[in-house]
Amino acid sequence: MAKGIWIIIEQRNSEIRKVSLELLSQGRKIADETGEPLVAVVLGHGIEGLATEVAHYGADKIILIDDEKLAEYTTGAYTSVLNKVIREGEPQAVLLGNTALGKDLAPRLAHRLGVGLASDCTGMETDATSFLSFTRPIYSGKAFAHLTSNVRPILATIRPNTFIAGEPDATRQAEIVKETATIDQSDLRAILKEVAIAASERPELTEASIIVSGGRGMKGEENFAILEQLADVVGGAVGSSRAAVDAGWKELKFQVGQTGKTVAPTLYIACGISGAIQHLAGMGSAKFIVAINKDPEANIFTVADYGIVGDLFEVAPLLTEEFKKLVK
Amino acid sequence: MNIVVYIKQTFNTEANIVLDSSSNIEIKGVNLIINPYDEYAIEEGIKLKEKFGGVVTVVSLGESNVQAAIRTAMAMGADKGILISDPALVNTDEWGRAEILAKALSTIDYDIILAGRIAIDDCAGQIAIRLAEVLEIPSVGSVIKLEVDGTQATVTREIDGGTAIVEVSLPAVITATKGLNDPRYPSVPGIMKAKKKELKIVTLADLGFSADDLTPKMNVLRHSIPNPRKAGQKITGEAAQVAQELARFLREEAKIL
Repeated sequence: MAKGIWIIIEQRNSEIRKVSLELLSQGRKIADETGEPLVAVVLGHGIEGLATEVAHYGADKIILIDDEKLAEYTTGAYTSVLNKVIREGEPQAVLLGNTALGKDLAPRLAHRLGVGLASDCTGMETDATSFLSFTRPIYSGKAFAHLTSNVRPILATIRPNTFIAGEPDATRQAEIVKETATIDQSDLRAILKEVAIAASERPELTEASIIVSGGRGMKGEENFAILEQLADVVGGAVGSSRAAVDAGWKELKFQVGQTGKTVAPTLYIACGISGAIQHLAGMGSAKFIVAINKDPEANIFTVADYGIVGDLFEVAPLLTEEFKKLVK
Repeated sequence: MNIVVYIKQTFNTEANIVLDSSSNIEIKGVNLIINPYDEYAIEEGIKLKEKFGGVVTVVSLGESNVQAAIRTAMAMGADKGILISDPALVNTDEWGRAEILAKALSTIDYDIILAGRIAIDDCAGQIAIRLAEVLEIPSVGSVIKLEVDGTQATVTREIDGGTAIVEVSLPAVITATKGLNDPRYPSVPGIMKAKKKELKIVTLADLGFSADDLTPKMNVLRHSIPNPRKAGQKITGEAAQVAQELARFLREEAKIL
């Protein structure tokens, strides 16, 4: 009998990724609803200290797998180790964040387990017949697929910002089980040589709660400073449309849209972005959209909850001042 | 060098999505293209061939009209094509499709398998990585730089907030993302030559599968179309005033700030 909802905790430099906390909080709710235990798997090196935080966010049991070969993510080693503990533990469901790691690991792990995978889900519900069902955007958000599986465990990757990380409860304690990693030489055919994370005070685009984004209307690379100032007041990230990337004003990694990042922030402020269908595909699931554009006919206004017809070079700096007053 | 590129034919990025009477995605009247991410994979395959010599084989799954996508890849410079075409494919999931592809590749030599990191229709990004698992070879996803040296490749992949450099032994599966290269357009002579290139069409029975072997692991319950976002309020006015009003709105009414 399969049991438990398992969350694979993603950590970077011993800091738990926000999406993992979101999954713990939502996993806790499902666990309470279904009577299943919530199990967190923490793997890496030097990660024992994370157990307390994971417990406070709702895990009943924590499986710790600490090995120097797991210090940095590699597909082979992580797949091998997780395959083993999942086969032994026989969970109902295994959830991961749809991060760079989750996107790489989950399909491989699913196939090794011989199970299905619901990728990049933006909804998850308990289901009387199949335990859990998932909603995932397809055609870049122009439609949804609703799916489930009768094969155990059900694997899913969940898009960051889909669920809200609740408040940690410092009184919560969890059972801690330490497992040893067995990693074969064949697991190490892809070796990580170097990781370069751009030093940034701003949150990662896909995790940010607030995104300020600029398009063709920015007129030049140097003008993005205006958006950075606005983003920084509220702890947001800065994104861009494809037009700004193609013009060479922003690096590819900042592109939001069908051939860029898909984001789901609480607030998306589109500045000088016309709103091509491919851009809307990348940010259409934002909870609240603000558009600032000189052209009253711009397509972005058809999806904006709040549109300002005006010159972003005037409005954005003034908005920065207004936001400063609010967050003071 | 034997290079395999797995491609998928998808809807045009401008396509409007509607459901048919049985809640499936309506495919009638939609313009079909090569999945944009797969174009990077095709281009990279051709570049590898230009550098090291060899053969680029394009593999795809789908109906007869997918031949058009394979011919386009051939017009860019790919040499051979394999189309796995079978009515039973409709009922397969990512697990089954990876198994099918692996079987199709079992009779050909490959040093590297390239694919797009995701298809813009189902947005799942699973098949290429699952294929690597079936073939028991490593995979590296979301690649923006690929350097092949003998039986090793040094690969730069996009990760959240930065990049990672991975050394991988070949054969391996590499999934391409935007930034890897600029895909070429098919030339007129290329289009002419493509018509004569070898394109094999195989069925699931040819590969030794029966429909029962491929019972999907995932069950799609239904599809739905999101409620269209409604335009909210649109205001014009003096900049200082609209900025102040927006800030007030976000705090007091939307309760975001």
